[in-house]
Amino acid sequence: MSPHLRKKVVVVGHGMVGHRFVTAAIERGLTETHDIVVLGEEPRPAYDRVALTSFFEVGGEALSFLPTGVYEDPRVTLRTSTSVIEIDPAAQTVMLADGEEMAYDELVLATGAAPFVPPVPGSELGNVFVYRTIEDLEAIREAAKTAKVGAVIGGGLLGLEAANALHQLGVETHVVELAPRLMAVQVDDAGGNTLKRHIEKLGLTVHTGVMTESISPDAVVEISVVDEVSTGSTTGGTVLDGKVSALKFKDVEEPLPIDMIVFSAGIRPRDALARAAGLDLAERGGVLVDEQCRSSDEHIWAVGECAAPGGKMYGLVAPGYDMAEVVADALLGGAGTFAGADMSTKLKLLGVDVASFGDAHGTTDECLELTYSDAVTGVYKKLVISEDGTRLLGGVLVGDASAYGLLRPMVASGMELPENPEELILPQTTGGGGGPSSMALQLPLEAQICSCNNVTRGDIEAAVDNGCESAAEVTKETKAGSTCGSCKVQVKKIVEDYFTAQGKTVDTSLCEHFAMTRAELFDVVLIHGYKTFDQIIEAHGTGRGCDLCKPAVASILASQLNGHVLAKENRKLQDTNDAYLANLQKNGSYSVVPRIAGGEVTPEGLIVIGEVARDFGLYTKITGGQRIDMFGARMEDLPAIWKRLVDAGFESGHAYGKSLRTVKSCVGSTWCRYGVQDSVGLAIMLETRYRGLRSPHKLKGGVSGCARECAEARGKDFGVIATEKGWNLYVGGNGGAIPAHAQLLAGDLTTEELVRYLDRFLMYYVRTADRLQRTSTWIDSLDGGLDRVREVVVDDVLGLGTELEAAMVHHTETYFDEWKATLEDPEKLRRFVSFVNAPDIPDPNISFGSARGQIVPEVGEEPAAIGPVSLGASIPVGMPTLEESR
Amino acid sequence: MSADQLRAGQAVTYISVCRLDDIDPETGVAALVRGEAVAVFRTLDDRVFALSNYDPYGHASVLARGIVGTRGEVPFVASPLLKQPFSLESGQCLDDPSVSVATYEVDVIEGEVRIGARR
Repeated sequence: MSPHLRKKVVVVGHGMVGHRFVTAAIERGLTETHDIVVLGEEPRPAYDRVALTSFFEVGGEALSFLPTGVYEDPRVTLRTSTSVIEIDPAAQTVMLADGEEMAYDELVLATGAAPFVPPVPGSELGNVFVYRTIEDLEAIREAAKTAKVGAVIGGGLLGLEAANALHQLGVETHVVELAPRLMAVQVDDAGGNTLKRHIEKLGLTVHTGVMTESISPDAVVEISVVDEVSTGSTTGGTVLDGKVSALKFKDVEEPLPIDMIVFSAGIRPRDALARAAGLDLAERGGVLVDEQCRSSDEHIWAVGECAAPGGKMYGLVAPGYDMAEVVADALLGGAGTFAGADMSTKLKLLGVDVASFGDAHGTTDECLELTYSDAVTGVYKKLVISEDGTRLLGGVLVGDASAYGLLRPMVASGMELPENPEELILPQTTGGGGGPSSMALQLPLEAQICSCNNVTRGDIEAAVDNGCESAAEVTKETKAGSTCGSCKVQVKKIVEDYFTAQGKTVDTSLCEHFAMTRAELFDVVLIHGYKTFDQIIEAHGTGRGCDLCKPAVASILASQLNGHVLAKENRKLQDTNDAYLANLQKNGSYSVVPRIAGGEVTPEGLIVIGEVARDFGLYTKITGGQRIDMFGARMEDLPAIWKRLVDAGFESGHAYGKSLRTVKSCVGSTWCRYGVQDSVGLAIMLETRYRGLRSPHKLKGGVSGCARECAEARGKDFGVIATEKGWNLYVGGNGGAIPAHAQLLAGDLTTEELVRYLDRFLMYYVRTADRLQRTSTWIDSLDGGLDRVREVVVDDVLGLGTELEAAMVHHTETYFDEWKATLEDPEKLRRFVSFVNAPDIPDPNISFGSARGQIVPEVGEEPAAIGPVSLGASIPVGMPTLEESR
Repeated sequence: MSADQLRAGQAVTYISVCRLDDIDPETGVAALVRGEAVAVFRTLDDRVFALSNYDPYGHASVLARGIVGTRGEVPFVASPLLKQPFSLESGQCLDDPSVSVATYEVDVIEGEVRIGARR
């Protein structure tokens, strides 16, 4: 197709649903024939509005769906800070705020919704906010610096999110709800009351069944002229001005003094553009669309909260995603339809689990209710069951929503209830038989497990059949659990049960000698204070170990005691690299890497490395970690090579260990005209702090001095990127076969905070990861993933912070250069010989050729022998003088 | 006397290579025996085994540097290159019985480890 025949799709709005439309269009191949232009009004690309509350913790970048602001598909263009002011359906053009006119072949409206602010007198005052965008949250954070008391008007789902935000910001928080209970849409009275008790326990005040009559200002200012288009309410010659100071409730005498207000009284579809263009709207707002999400104009489509399929607007992200997929399909000629949505919800509000699914209010004729309530622990659960007691219709869960992952698909699939349905909501300890999750396998294959991405149990099992070997891989493959995360536990359970059903055991034993995971073994060693492998295997294992458990134990002992890896009792545990403190290469020779912290090296240092390499005939290559690797060293030459290096001030680079390798850095603010922080200085400090730390897998770090990220820090297990205000800390990145981008753990940190979080993060990883599990897969394997890591590392919910920090301090204080220590100990040097009985004869099996002016290993098909066998020219040959006996 | 003659079993002599104490329990050392590299291992119960040091998978003379352990009751060494396990008793690869490395007669006399003929 020639370029001018390509068509153009214009997308108005770059929120979650607009973004989903673009990714669906790219995945389905729409960009093969269409260019896509996305016009976003907000100054930044789409971000995760569902997780908006975490903005204060993680910052805007972590929420972003498109941090670079550019789609990888070059046929998609995103323009942020761009408002559309008019649509001309006849001409098929849109007019932008700056006067630019843009033609389209197809127009997709994804303008979302706007918060509804009821016309309460005083709502135009200062310190009145809504809760929708990152800019809203930034303004709220600013106001909270001086405000002492705040009120959230609206006790629904979003209102409680907003209350949580105020509470987190240290503002004394009141929640004001017109209805007689919180979350009136989702839960019933008993559920609402349970929720209210939880929230009040946290120190928030809840006012239900009260109507806000007016908001009082902290000042009333006389003005002479009242602008007639002012939206403010005017009383005589005065206008309300200044900031809020009190809330007046209807039928309540005493006003409530407050310093700030957040309105969260519902949302309204943003349909003004469509209205002005003459498109049909739904009775209660929203662009009226058919089941393919096409509006009354053939070439205009609407998706998400601005759309009203069949006249009904959906204020959740999952139906919006469905609509986005439907439109992408329709534009490719598909016949997919949007068939309404499951409005089930599960979320954590102020730390309280709340879930609502199916017919939560029991509106079905003659339905039955089954409730469980525990006022002491604050758990309330209700099931709505069909009249004949065979099917689950819906339910409400407050305080413990762990059964949601099972119950919601039960409603959706219409499967028959078990004989004792009460077991579905009784606490697991009394429910017998392993609780509700053990019933996962009984869900029909077509039961939808992930409602955000429409993934069924069948899809999950198919992903396992296609080679996925863990829940994390299934999530990557199917997207199940990747949006709101509420089904993650269920996905994991289905994957594990399916493995079991296939006879695959998900065996987490370290090896045949230890029936426990590495993390369990770590704890056992720590608790008992074991010092040697022999103690450990005698008490907790069988046999004499192997190449799996011995290095694992060696690593655990090193992490806890930080002794010398070649100490007599440790030596036999070390993998060959650790056993000779060098990296074994294919022909039996070794490579040598001195530490060059942060990649910074003096000319004198470079000269020494060059001289050593030259004198020992070594091949040299620059590594990816900004240091120099010298290859082709014979084992018996290692001490002499290291003697030279240590004398020149170098120390072990631990390139041979499952341990910290390097902290790579860009040149930073010292030299770079873009740099905002001293990345080299920080990298050297971090590499020096964590050098020698033994870990489940190798560890790499990176520090970039500005957002250009020249150190590729996000490709490392821990990456630090400088900001104007401090440092952003990213974790869980790696290159290799399955590359992973590090994710933001915490933003704008001081150096002290950064080191504290890194100490905790690394020690937490060292203690709990499996053998050879890198940080990225370790994070994926934790229940709660990165959020869990943040809870433990940043929020310190386990109270482990001090202990983890102390363990790292112990590590730094007991660090020594293991090559220097080896050179000082004849007992350790004893083993660096080619042959125990002929230490002067080099191993004839090691020989080299040459390429591009340097040596390369030669590998023979048969063992070489000394004597009548021809040897490589570079190998000194001589018959051993051996004492022969009978 | 050539290595070929020795392999043919024409002169079976034991060669003393080191003291038993020179080998840490559950480790190996490489010895040069009649021009051939031999890996000599000592288990925790002081049994001594001798295998060819040459790893037939990795084509390098490295087995003495592998980790020594047990699989079931069988003492084995894992190649330090690609971890293939070889029985210390038979030299057979425990994951692929069609591959094995040569074993040698070995004994310990008065604390001296001595290597004899290739089996």
